[in-house]
Amino acid sequence: MADFVQLWVYLSTTPLFGLTATLVAYVAAQALYARVDRAPWANPVLWSVLVLGAVLVVTGTSYPIYFAGAQFVHVLLGPAVVALGWPMWQRRAEIRRRGLALTSAALLGGAAAACSAVGLAWLLGMPEDILRSLAPKSVTAPVAMGIAERLGGIPALAAVFAVMTGMVGALSAKYLFDFMGIRSWAIRGFALGTASHGIGAARALQVHAAAGAYAGIALGMQVLLASVLMPLLYFLLF
Amino acid sequence: MTVLRGLAFLLLLQVIGEVLSHSLKLPVPGPVIGLVLLLPSLRMAWLRDSVADAAELLLAHLSLLFVPVGVGVITHLAVLSQYGLKLLLVIAVSTWIGMAVTALVLRAFLGNEEEREHG
Repeated sequence: MADFVQLWVYLSTTPLFGLTATLVAYVAAQALYARVDRAPWANPVLWSVLVLGAVLVVTGTSYPIYFAGAQFVHVLLGPAVVALGWPMWQRRAEIRRRGLALTSAALLGGAAAACSAVGLAWLLGMPEDILRSLAPKSVTAPVAMGIAERLGGIPALAAVFAVMTGMVGALSAKYLFDFMGIRSWAIRGFALGTASHGIGAARALQVHAAAGAYAGIALGMQVLLASVLMPLLYFLLF
Repeated sequence: MTVLRGLAFLLLLQVIGEVLSHSLKLPVPGPVIGLVLLLPSLRMAWLRDSVADAAELLLAHLSLLFVPVGVGVITHLAVLSQYGLKLLLVIAVSTWIGMAVTALVLRAFLGNEEEREHG
């Protein structure tokens, strides 16, 4: 038993632990997701995060120790953001033709999400650093962190809010669009990508190819619009 | 091999983006500048296949990449337990408002065109 404990103490402090745990949890969550026909509640990000979070809390492993391994997955977010240019390029003719419609929807939808989040949180009496960290929550996590930093928020908290936003969107979009009578896959995908960035886009990709492509475009546009306009508006207004 | 070549190119664009973002103090994060730089470079046909392979691999497993950040929730359990339900309410309601507004604006613009496709 003592040997086992020693081995665990050793293994749980090497980067091998965080990386292996992340991939194993995700592969298992993905298998569950496939088994239940990709029902929204079985979202693989949600379950991986819940399981890994519980494991860390129960075993008393600190987040930095986990992250020492998980960073090898995390760094790929950067090139993944760059890679969003690929689906945009593939559909460039369509984007150009629908440019005005897509830009207007991205701008108004993104503004509605950010303003309603900050406004509601302010009404509920939340402190200022939370308000500042909430503003970029509809932008994909790595970019949201950068924007929050420029707005005087807390980058790590902004990332958490962005992930929560992504999960809410991925879990509920189907019901909201069905309720609103939105049938077009392009519109459903674009709206999901605008409000719920990469996690929403990942869900859209799994449901329908056109929805996925439009979600990717929306995610890219939100990244561009928010990272230029949010700090700019902030400097002009405050 | 093409996946690696594509990944190297995407990383290179991100590095160029980071350098530009920091040295010129731009409001736009490095990877976003990389995304903008990728669009014109895709005109070069010899690059396209490798970028396509790498991009499709990364985007197919996009949700995995959010897991490490998501687990970071445990470092903010204090804030989350203090404002937990309110925060969840704010995040859920604002996400629904954002989705609804985007969908309605887009339907107002493309309505007929799109609904015909799904007749």
